[in-house]
Amino acid sequence: MSQTNDAFEKSEPVDMDSAVSVRSVSKNYGTVEALRDLSLEFPRGQLTSLLGPSGCGKTTLLKIIAGLLEPTSGEILIEGKKVTGPGADRAFVFQDFALLPWASVIRNVAFGLELRGVAKSEREAIAEKYIKNVGLSGFEKSYPHELSGGMRQRVGLARALSVDSQVLLLDEPFSAVDEQNRRKFQEDMLELVRNENKTFIFVTHSIEEAVYVSDQIAILLPRPSRVSEIIRPTSFRNTDVENIRRSPEYLDIVDQIWASLRNYVE
Amino acid sequence: MINRPLALKLLSAFIVFGAWEIAGRVPVSFAFPTFIESMQALFRLTIEGTIFTAYAETLKPLVVGVSISAFFGIGMGLWVGLSQRFEWLFSPIFIVMQAAPLAALIPILVMAYGIGLTSKVFVVCIMAMPVIVLNTASAVRNTPASIKDMGKSFLATDRDIVLKIVIPAASPVIFSGLRLGISAGFIGAILSELKITPTGVGDIITYSRSIADYPSMYAAIFSIIVLAVLFLNLLERIEDFLFEGNNRGYVSD
Ligand SMILES: Nc1ncnc2c1ncn2[C@@H]1O[C@H](COP(=O)(O)OP(=O)(O)O)[C@@H](O)[C@H]1O
Ligand SMILES: [Mg+2]
Repeated sequence: MSQTNDAFEKSEPVDMDSAVSVRSVSKNYGTVEALRDLSLEFPRGQLTSLLGPSGCGKTTLLKIIAGLLEPTSGEILIEGKKVTGPGADRAFVFQDFALLPWASVIRNVAFGLELRGVAKSEREAIAEKYIKNVGLSGFEKSYPHELSGGMRQRVGLARALSVDSQVLLLDEPFSAVDEQNRRKFQEDMLELVRNENKTFIFVTHSIEEAVYVSDQIAILLPRPSRVSEIIRPTSFRNTDVENIRRSPEYLDIVDQIWASLRNYVE
Repeated sequence: MINRPLALKLLSAFIVFGAWEIAGRVPVSFAFPTFIESMQALFRLTIEGTIFTAYAETLKPLVVGVSISAFFGIGMGLWVGLSQRFEWLFSPIFIVMQAAPLAALIPILVMAYGIGLTSKVFVVCIMAMPVIVLNTASAVRNTPASIKDMGKSFLATDRDIVLKIVIPAASPVIFSGLRLGISAGFIGAILSELKITPTGVGDIITYSRSIADYPSMYAAIFSIIVLAVLFLNLLERIEDFLFEGNNRGYVSD
């Protein structure tokens, strides 16, 4: 982890129990070098954010982890196994929701299970449970266009949860959601991380959001992207959701991240 | 109470038929009958059964041609749309077919396939197929990349992606291609009966024109239009039934 040059980093990095390892990944789109020799560990059961200005390769990295894109070089390990394509161990939540407009909420939520060949009654029972979990009970028969942006993303989240993968990949899931809904979502994320024993990889360009929800924040710098810092908030993670934004460490970290990113904002 | 769209449709039909009636009474041309005369002729043709025997004849090339065009047109469109390699090869063929002057091709078809059903089916296909292929291919190519990625990330096979994502996503444009193709097929069926051999409805048109029975001629033309409209409405129902969420627009932010 030579690229890590951070005072905030605590002493136990590399041999932590990591669910996902990114090893020296590079990605070129033709002549555009999106990622260069990027390495990063994602501790099991925790939420790691990828934070960086837009265009710095966050989506690219997430899609490589998802197995939707091939890295130009380097490899991804999930529980020690090399990624060669999409797998049942990972589920994706898309920035633009990626719902099927012709399918009802329940079919959308159950779609991952449908693709896995789970029988209709069984998958609808599972979908029903997660629809309830994300607070969309009563909307099972609605179509996506009848829902607000926030509700659509809840459908996307329920779909990802219902396949019960170990790793959840979220690509700026709340960027198309209004502010109030976004805050509610962020609180729900904390609860999800606490209750579901999953590893979350969360892409965002919002500093406050990253600090609020993360156990670990990886700061990516613009193209060709690499990890410039890893920050692990410690003190406020176990406080009440209402008090996080008042905690001195929260405010310090937000300031510190802004200080390192401001050079890259034109 | 009648709902608003239906009331508007009735109103527009009333205006069109009214204008027809007036134009017939002026008269615009001695060969232009009034609406009422035409309807009387249609009634007579129906009672005599002439119209039914005529349609039994006309529907043959139409149904066969439209079925072939729909089946192979959608199939070919899917294939062209899904493969990156063949697009440049096939699209131009159908663009040329769409633009070709059909009347000039008919003698060639007759030389090759005679004056029977085959030539007529060909005419229907030439009219109907290109727009179906081109619409299907472009709809398939324009499937939003993010829902395809979604499918892949949830472990869809290539077959799942085509059947559960690409085709439903493309269906509004495929159906609009089908509608255009079927309308063109109707034109093709009648055209073939006028240009190759007068049979069926084309025969009623040719024959009644030759004996100056213009009301019957217009009755036949009118019946084709009604049939085409009914058929297109049926197609719309099928589409609504199959892809309910689609006709209320795409989700976009
Ligand atoms: N399919 C592609 N072809 C070419 N360049 C791409 C492609 N996808 C992304 N890029 C480029 O790679 C860089 C990183 O993109 P992306 O991963 O989407 O960034 P982010 O999600 O951080 O905003 C951008 O500069 C973008 O222009
Ligand atoms: Mg992005």
